[in-house]
Amino acid sequence: MQKPLFPLIAKQATVRRRGKVLVGPVDLTLGGQGTTIVIGPNGAGKTTLLKMLHGIERMNGGVLDWACPIEEAQRRQAFVFQTPIMMRRSVVDNLAYPLQLIGVARREARARAAHWADQINLGDALERSAMLLSGGERQKLALARALIREPDVLFLDEPCASLDGRATREIEEILLRAAATGTRLIMSTHNMGQAQRLADEVLFVLHGRIHEFSSAKTFFEGPQTAQADAFLRGDIVE
Amino acid sequence: MKNVIFGVVASLALTTAALADDMKLAVTTSFHNSGLAEILLPEIKADLDLDVQLLVVGTGQAIRLGEAGDVDAILVHSQKAEEKFLAGGNGTHRREIMYNDFVFIGPSADSAGVKDAENAAQALQRIAQAHASFVSRGDDSGTHKKELSLWKAADLDPAGFDDWYRAVGAGMGAALNTASGMEAYIMADRASWLNFGNKGGLELLFAGDPVLFNQYAYLPVNPEKHAHVKNDLALKLEAWLTSDRAKELINAYKIGGETLFVFNAKQ
Amino acid sequence: MADLLDGILQALWLLVTLDSDLVEITLRSLRVTLTALVIASAIALPLAALLAVRRFRMRRITIAVLNALMGLPPVVVGLIVYVFLSRAGPLGVLGLLFTPTAMIIAQVVIIVPLIASIAHQSLRELWSDYHDLLISMNASQTQRIKALLWDGRRALLTAALAGFGRAIGEVGAIMVVGGNIDHATRVLTTAIALETGKGEFAMALGLGFVLIAMAITVNLAIHWLGHTETEGRW
Repeated sequence: MQKPLFPLIAKQATVRRRGKVLVGPVDLTLGGQGTTIVIGPNGAGKTTLLKMLHGIERMNGGVLDWACPIEEAQRRQAFVFQTPIMMRRSVVDNLAYPLQLIGVARREARARAAHWADQINLGDALERSAMLLSGGERQKLALARALIREPDVLFLDEPCASLDGRATREIEEILLRAAATGTRLIMSTHNMGQAQRLADEVLFVLHGRIHEFSSAKTFFEGPQTAQADAFLRGDIVE
Repeated sequence: MKNVIFGVVASLALTTAALADDMKLAVTTSFHNSGLAEILLPEIKADLDLDVQLLVVGTGQAIRLGEAGDVDAILVHSQKAEEKFLAGGNGTHRREIMYNDFVFIGPSADSAGVKDAENAAQALQRIAQAHASFVSRGDDSGTHKKELSLWKAADLDPAGFDDWYRAVGAGMGAALNTASGMEAYIMADRASWLNFGNKGGLELLFAGDPVLFNQYAYLPVNPEKHAHVKNDLALKLEAWLTSDRAKELINAYKIGGETLFVFNAKQ
Repeated sequence: MADLLDGILQALWLLVTLDSDLVEITLRSLRVTLTALVIASAIALPLAALLAVRRFRMRRITIAVLNALMGLPPVVVGLIVYVFLSRAGPLGVLGLLFTPTAMIIAQVVIIVPLIASIAHQSLRELWSDYHDLLISMNASQTQRIKALLWDGRRALLTAALAGFGRAIGEVGAIMVVGGNIDHATRVLTTAIALETGKGEFAMALGLGFVLIAMAITVNLAIHWLGHTETEGRW
């Protein structure tokens, strides 16, 4: 049995760029179960927070500790960006790439990639260039690519932001299946309906700080802060 | 198909030159433009199994190549420069091979009246007086040095000439091209002139003055100064160049019915 | 006009009869330039990728210098290589002056900055796209460079082609270091210079047309091999 990744503990974690504080100081403890949804107004720092937790945004202050050594933690995570980053190669090669990085043989990698492509309904487009896919198809591909190494944690930054209803539903189905098999999801979203559908706990971010952090039930029935309340109602929160 | 192309490309990139007895000889552009080399080189290859690689440069550069040891021997036509070369310990000796002559070329209209000059000095004086366009090699070559000595003998100093005097800094062929394009006068060696393909409105106006004599000499580079030079091959070539076979070929070489070189090596 | 027509006729005659001198000179031109291209690409492309992904203190200056080196006059490069390779120079013992190898060296020096600069520009763009993704996937430095070089291969091919074009038409440097020796270091460009200098314009034009035809053929071949125009979104 592998060493547990969680709890993930952030103490006074801060990200500063050009003199401005984007995120922090953040004190946070994340446990190892379920789906955490991150919400907040635009510019609140959700993206930066997620990237910081994942480790691709350099911290300028504070510490961030996983329960296991950092090298191991880095191997067991994945990230899905708001605008899917497509590699300039075919669908199957995009999916196989993360496996190739860890030394999986080419044929095996392509076989697993083909299997995942089927699951996201791109099974008949294996050799198509990823650059020719639609927005929804790209995001599904990015998600499958993130899941192909079976990460323990998946970070997602507003994955359905520019997708239509059907693509959103397909993505949510994949996420629910992943969560059911034990993948920890930490995801930001603007869509309150989506948040309610998926969340086990909610992180409300405002001005780069954690304004409220509670279980989904608690949060949606009665948020504790005025700003969270206003946000849920749809007001502009500054 | 793709693989065939890759294969051809790869082998092209990898083929090496064939190995044979070869030496490097620096010769002047005047000598090369005469076309005599095209006659001699195949004969040398047949008789001696020797590939003579010719570097066709001006006398100045030929001398410097010899001094640096980048060639095994030089064939030039500027006695002063040759003697200086030997004085510096750069060559073993000087062997005269053959001579040709220099001629004055100019526009057929001949505004300066060079055609009926009595001698070379007078021809040049007429050109200077008429301020007629004149193209000079200007490249420190044997031809250039000869030209300068002729101006001096005519009591004229090219340094003080106006811009009718054009020093182009190029080989014989390129200089003739320029003269042709500008309808200018120029001093050339007879062989280069006869072999030149772009005569345009130019013609041979003056020749025959003994002072226009042009002696070619062969100087092997000194192996004591540069141990790597192929002195044995250089001497082999020298022996051939002064042989009866060479005498026969050189004296028989004609362009348009005219002989160009006169073999005068002491055998 | 007569010269031009003469030139075309001479060119056709040379090609149809597969004139042995022409074939020898053409093959040598191809050999020198293609060898230089392979070597220069092997140096320039990984260099370009490294400059794109790695942050180090001298990076900005290195990129600026590389771009500036593109403007190096080729004949000056030839002169510098000549001075180095001459028997009187530091590398004289190698006896490389006036050989095709010297010509290859000169051409490599000339085209490496060009290939590296062009490749770097497009690899940099590609990297700014891939950056977050590859770091997130924990790719090592080598893996990142490999991904860039492979996915960016179309742009790299363009860079290499630019290098080929520069090299095949080069005459100054290879004249200086090669010496234009008949049957040894004479190539199409130096032969053209020679024939022009002899006033043989028709022949020079003939050789010129052969050079143009060859350059176009090689370009088309490389495009076909790389399927450059069959994919892409526009």
